[in-house]
Amino acid sequence: MSDTTVPKSLARRSLIKGAAAATGAMAFPYVRAADPITLRYLGTAVNQDKAIAEKFKADTGITIQYIPVTTDDVTKRAVTAPNSFDLIDTEYFSLKKILPTGNLLGIDTKRIKNADKITTLFTKGEVAGKKVGDQGTAPKKVMYVASPTAKEFSATPTQFMTLIPTVYNADTLGIRPDLIKRPIESWKELLNPEFKGKAAILNIPSIGIMDAAMVVEAAGLYKYPDKGNMTKKEIDLTIKTLIEAKKAGQFRALWKDFNESVNLMASGEVVIQSMWSPAVTAVRTKGIACTFQPLKEGYRAWAAGFGVPKTVTGKKADAVYEFINWFLDGWAGAYLNRQGYYSAVLETAKAKMEAYEWAYWMEGKAATQDIKSPNGDLLAKAGSVRDGGSYETRMGGIACWNAIMDENAYMVQKWNEFVAA
Amino acid sequence: MSAKRPGALAWLQATPFALVFLLFLVLPLVLVAAVSTWHASDYELIPAFSAQNYIDVFNGCANTSEMCVTLKTYLSTFKFCFLVWAITLVIGFMVAYFLAFHVRSVGAQTLLFIVCTVPFWTSNVIRMISWVPLLGRNGVINQGLQGLGLIDSPIEWLLFSNFSVVLAFVHLYTMFMIVPIFNSMMRIDRALIEAARDSGASGWQTVWNVVVPLSRTGIIIGSIFVITIVMGDFVTIGVMGGQQIASVGKIIQVQTSYLQFPMAAANAVILLVITLMMIWGLTRLVDIRKEL
Repeated sequence: MSDTTVPKSLARRSLIKGAAAATGAMAFPYVRAADPITLRYLGTAVNQDKAIAEKFKADTGITIQYIPVTTDDVTKRAVTAPNSFDLIDTEYFSLKKILPTGNLLGIDTKRIKNADKITTLFTKGEVAGKKVGDQGTAPKKVMYVASPTAKEFSATPTQFMTLIPTVYNADTLGIRPDLIKRPIESWKELLNPEFKGKAAILNIPSIGIMDAAMVVEAAGLYKYPDKGNMTKKEIDLTIKTLIEAKKAGQFRALWKDFNESVNLMASGEVVIQSMWSPAVTAVRTKGIACTFQPLKEGYRAWAAGFGVPKTVTGKKADAVYEFINWFLDGWAGAYLNRQGYYSAVLETAKAKMEAYEWAYWMEGKAATQDIKSPNGDLLAKAGSVRDGGSYETRMGGIACWNAIMDENAYMVQKWNEFVAA
Repeated sequence: MSAKRPGALAWLQATPFALVFLLFLVLPLVLVAAVSTWHASDYELIPAFSAQNYIDVFNGCANTSEMCVTLKTYLSTFKFCFLVWAITLVIGFMVAYFLAFHVRSVGAQTLLFIVCTVPFWTSNVIRMISWVPLLGRNGVINQGLQGLGLIDSPIEWLLFSNFSVVLAFVHLYTMFMIVPIFNSMMRIDRALIEAARDSGASGWQTVWNVVVPLSRTGIIIGSIFVITIVMGDFVTIGVMGGQQIASVGKIIQVQTSYLQFPMAAANAVILLVITLMMIWGLTRLVDIRKEL
């Protein structure tokens, strides 16, 4: 369908609808004024931005209804209630649990316009031609399936993708430079007694254990063959280290909710902790110094993507594909890049960003103008440089990925022991 | 009650509520009990009949040198339960006594009741966030004490500690003590109190020998509310304890979010049995049905 074939009245109606958005409906040739469709989008609140749903509605007339739940609950619903959503935004590591249920359909890349432009980090595990760390559930291991209904991953690239990447990032420790007053260079600082009672770690077992493993390795206690898939003995060792630190009073708190981490840091209760990039941004917009500190051992990376449940058919399925295509088309990518995430197709996002924004966010250059968040808050003054530098240095420094281990049940049981200690 | 057996009409009247209970309480509980004997993999439940989940719950409890996680967790939950129960009982009794015997007008009583419900006006996360500026390291209390020169460095145990958990529980659940105790007190015949005074009882003697025994029903009902809530809580302990204090509810929650439903169900059944035993013990003290 293109603009020329659309009846005048329809085009006009959609124009009025899109009037609020600067670009208007004309920029995209999707018009669906009749027969309104609503897509139920299951994911975590961090990714569900109101502005993205509004812009998509203005461009296509399709309504996005967000269902915000926690990371663990996304997986739970995908496994237990696949009828309750039309589109899922989940982390790659959850696929090990979801795919065997047969609740997801492989996505046909022939229907995704920019599929071949998706960054090589996902398709090959490379950044700028260089291999990055693949311990844990690296996306390339779970990216492809042989057929849409396959319940096992394909080791080689195929026509069908499990998830189309939405956002990804490399996590590290967040610190309060004004309260620490010295350079922090290693993960082992998280358990340094210097920060007794002022450290925090996140209480999502599958992610928290990876942070702990980074610390154990940095402190020289043990070198894991694969941090993302520990043996029972390795889990015991990691949890023992955490329990000792906890008993010595190292942790002020454990956090589970993104807002809790912001609050702990902003109030000064904690000066060093596991953190997520948007949380650091949130602390900074309050005018409080907070650094997402690059560390010499590298980053713990994560990635999320869109999946299509098998229950979606017909017009709704078309709308889901339309949304995914729209998402990769640049506007949403630029929006996410401006929040400090990375988008799946860099080329299209670049086209929608100002040159100075691209230079700051992606090339690691000093800002030539003040950098603002999508809703206009000042994030960085002219002259400052992004923590961790350019896309290549940052994503190239990945050491491991969020993961589900084979010994997951045992790990959760041991994690409960840590919480109870 | 008359000696006549209840007729068909009475049974009919009880049917709708009985059905609701059957469908939404009894049936789910039976399912939970059934699932607790199943096995689970990462993504599916496998029907079975085994006690493995129960054995796993008490794994390591035979070890005498260090207490196992399950016992430790229950002990910590019991401790909170006892502390919160004792404190809410004392405060709740005093507030109810004041409302029942010292506030004369119904209007003033209603107004004061509304004041008691204020803690329920906000969500849990907001409540937690609002404790931080008060109890935190740089909070009002610490800064105030430091300003007065009473302490040199901030008191750390005000927040994310056993203290803050008990404080938050008391803040929230005293209301559940006040209401039933107040209700019982309002039914006390005022003539009895006058009689006690005329017979020469002091104020304390009247409270202890007349008011307390006659408010027994309210005290037991309030206790049941508070104990059941605290035994099953995982949000308040998590939020106010900085996620560092274990509770039985928290363990169940972590297990369900990792799709280990059979383990979670086994834990839930054990928790349910223990809580029911506590309530059964309480109802031995007072025949609630007779007193109401």
